[in-house]
Amino acid sequence: MPLYTITVNGKLKNVEVSKDTPLLWVLRDHLELVGTKFGCGIAQCGACTVHLEGNAVRSCSLTMDAVDGKSITTIEGLSENGTHPVQEAWKELDVPQCGYCQAGQIMTASAFLDKNPKPSEAEIKAAMHGNICRCAAYTRIFKAVELAATKIS
Amino acid sequence: MSTPSITFSRRSFIRTSSLASGGLLIGFNLFTACKPTVTPPVDISQLNFNDFNAFIKIADNGAVTIFAPNPEIGQGVKTSMPMLIAEELDVAWDNVYVQQGDLDTNNYTRQLAGGSQSIRFGWEPLRQTGATARQMLVNAAALKWGVDPSECTTLEGVITNASGDTFGYGDVVKEAALLEVPENVTLKAPKDFKIIGSDAKNVDLEKIITGKPLFGLDYKVDGMVYAAVLRPPAFGKVLESYDATEAKAMPGVIDIIKIGEKAKELTKEENSNWTVAMSTSDKVVVIAKTTWEALKAKEAIKANWVTETPLESTQDQDQKLLALLDGNKFNTLRKDGDIKKAFAQAEMVLERTYESPFLPHNCMEPMNFFANITDEKIHLVGPVQTPEFAANAVAGMLGRDVNEVHLEMTRMGGGFGRRLYGDFVYEVAEIADAIRKPVKVIFSREDDMTAGTYRPAIKYRIKAAVKDGKLTAYHLKEAAANGNMYGLIPNFFPAGAVENYQVDVANYKSNITTGAWRAPYTNFLAFAEQSFFDELAETMGVDRIQLRLDLLQKVKGTTDKRIEYSPERMENIIKVAVEKSGWGKKESGTYQGFAAYYCHNTHVAEVADVIIENGMPVVKKVTCVVDCGIVVNPLGAKNQIEGGIIDGIGHAMYGDLVFEDGTPQSQNYNNYRLIRMMEVPEIETHLIQNDLSPTGLGEPTLPPAGAAVANALKAATGNRFTQQPFSKFPEMMQAKSAPKTIIG
Ligand code: FES
Ligand code: FES
Repeated sequence: MPLYTITVNGKLKNVEVSKDTPLLWVLRDHLELVGTKFGCGIAQCGACTVHLEGNAVRSCSLTMDAVDGKSITTIEGLSENGTHPVQEAWKELDVPQCGYCQAGQIMTASAFLDKNPKPSEAEIKAAMHGNICRCAAYTRIFKAVELAATKIS
Repeated sequence: MSTPSITFSRRSFIRTSSLASGGLLIGFNLFTACKPTVTPPVDISQLNFNDFNAFIKIADNGAVTIFAPNPEIGQGVKTSMPMLIAEELDVAWDNVYVQQGDLDTNNYTRQLAGGSQSIRFGWEPLRQTGATARQMLVNAAALKWGVDPSECTTLEGVITNASGDTFGYGDVVKEAALLEVPENVTLKAPKDFKIIGSDAKNVDLEKIITGKPLFGLDYKVDGMVYAAVLRPPAFGKVLESYDATEAKAMPGVIDIIKIGEKAKELTKEENSNWTVAMSTSDKVVVIAKTTWEALKAKEAIKANWVTETPLESTQDQDQKLLALLDGNKFNTLRKDGDIKKAFAQAEMVLERTYESPFLPHNCMEPMNFFANITDEKIHLVGPVQTPEFAANAVAGMLGRDVNEVHLEMTRMGGGFGRRLYGDFVYEVAEIADAIRKPVKVIFSREDDMTAGTYRPAIKYRIKAAVKDGKLTAYHLKEAAANGNMYGLIPNFFPAGAVENYQVDVANYKSNITTGAWRAPYTNFLAFAEQSFFDELAETMGVDRIQLRLDLLQKVKGTTDKRIEYSPERMENIIKVAVEKSGWGKKESGTYQGFAAYYCHNTHVAEVADVIIENGMPVVKKVTCVVDCGIVVNPLGAKNQIEGGIIDGIGHAMYGDLVFEDGTPQSQNYNNYRLIRMMEVPEIETHLIQNDLSPTGLGEPTLPPAGAAVANALKAATGNRFTQQPFSKFPEMMQAKSAPKTIIG
């Protein structure tokens, strides 16, 4: 089995897995970073969203072969103590219900605001459309992204 | 409205102990405490602290920790239930630390999974627990001062006597631990509540937003292996043979085994219970080192399946259900007056049929469960809402003593009724028993969606008779795969409001596993009835709101004890909704739809605003009025209310599980549509303020949502949606005739 080296939350990690192994399962089963969630496995729900070189990606559909040598940020590494403006906004508005989708929502929102710190309502909705929240906490997710934008700019 | 009286003896579930480290520990049993009636343990003095599952710890510095073991499905009970204790204990919420045992602790057995009803059942016992603890501290302080306890008052963790001397709670914990548990305590009047009714954030908020392990899928122990289960591809098929040669040679695969023998024990009466709803086929299990390797190797198993019972398709199901509605094999759940006579004398009769599909639950966290079985112990960990049933059934199926079963519950990535059923627990128990290694069974999304306990397909036929401009008869018929409505539901509105009223139900036995789904039994009923009232008002040429209000007048002062809803509370929410939504006062271009419903002991009214954007109707806003009694945590309550409405709209619009030869035709989110951000309306919530006991919130806003939208779509397009999901009829989203008037 090939050996891969990736940077996760600023630390170099070596893993030996078959080349089609999705990044999601390497994070969860090999690196013990279980904040990144499994929802669908086919890039449809966003629960597994992480940052790859700063871009929001679906880790369930990215193989190790595709991410070798790259730098990845997960929810555990988004900030030191949950103090990223997006996390702060999430706390302020008490967004989660069951909470399962929320890491993915936060990772999508943070990458989006990084690139578009002053988004319109429609832009926020479009950016978050790929992340399913089965509990339907959508109204608070939307407001929290709006609030985070004001914290960033 | 009838509420069950709650009877219990405090002493049966409270004990105290002093802590070696200093401080007082009050143990109680939340599982027992939250049931409407309680059978006290045989001999309380024999209980030790391991028999309790909830604790209040008061340290000698006065710090209060509430160990809340009740797991969280997403309804906020892990926050709201400790609030009830803290209120009566009279401490500041900011100084209370709510802790759930780490996932690997041994101290949290036999928990109760919180649902809509938790707050209702916990309302009195949990406040009594807090008040008892407070009284013990007061008694201890009074003893120290040599005064009567009635001369002492408390405020935010400080006891004060008549002369103004004070003790912090921490100062008297040692003495309190030695005192008898008081028999009688007084509860606060609602006007004195400080914590109840104030906004409290989710106690797990910090952990959720930083990605800490909380859920069943996150649970892991050293040496744990993963199991992926190959289940029948269709309801009605069973395993005949399989070839796992290729799968066995794949990386990470440890073993491939067959299960099913032990599960058959579950069909025996003594081991079975209502949570056992699963295929009786044998199944093939891949045991692997990682999740991915297990899921991948499962795909490589070649299995032969044979048809054991008829394979159902949606078309046959539809025909069967319609035939049931046309037939006469009904079970009558309520009968007032004589509908036959009323229909014969009617001047006008309106009859409509409403149809809904099967629905999967689609919890965001797919089903999973952990087990480790040795000769001494059965250790089970994961997200299940019915731990007692699961523990008993596992003991029964494995021929073990239930005392050897230790079941821990994790936070749940959604429940919606799916985790009431223990199929995944029974599977992992059989696997762990065979391999004798710590193992976790994991469902892929495809497994989760195709091996469900679905909301059954349901059809309603409602018929009403009108004479002299009055509704004289109402006949509701239900046909459902495996049945649906039961119990008290036939006593919901409009029961009592129509002289001749009858509710009949029929079902056929399907081999597709079905069960409770968010807002069980009424999630589609509300759509049918609240759509029907709109149609009825249109046909009668009367105001749709007035029609409902007039009917409610007839129920006021009723002596019929069976009537479940309160006409006064219903009338109130309707009036408030009319006012707050600007009903009938909207500028042209906004089309409104109305629905009001009672279920889960809560009264809800919703108004949907639809506008036309680029020629298509869009749900812009929902105004919602909820009477759920005292709102323990408004911040959490609003989250639940909004979620219920959006969920209700989403499933009415898109939810559809079609079967073809016993096989679900959707397996994942690429071909099963859930509501997403761009389809979500603005929601405005109004909570009715009163002093009545709190009732359910996780569910009751869902049922009326679909009807409010359907009624608004009728106003906007002229088309009446009688079937869910609406997305099946894209042509109906176009206006039939350009609507001119605004409803109201
Ligand atoms: S798990 Fe990756 S998008 Fe759903
Ligand atoms: S909070 Fe439960 S899925 Fe989003």
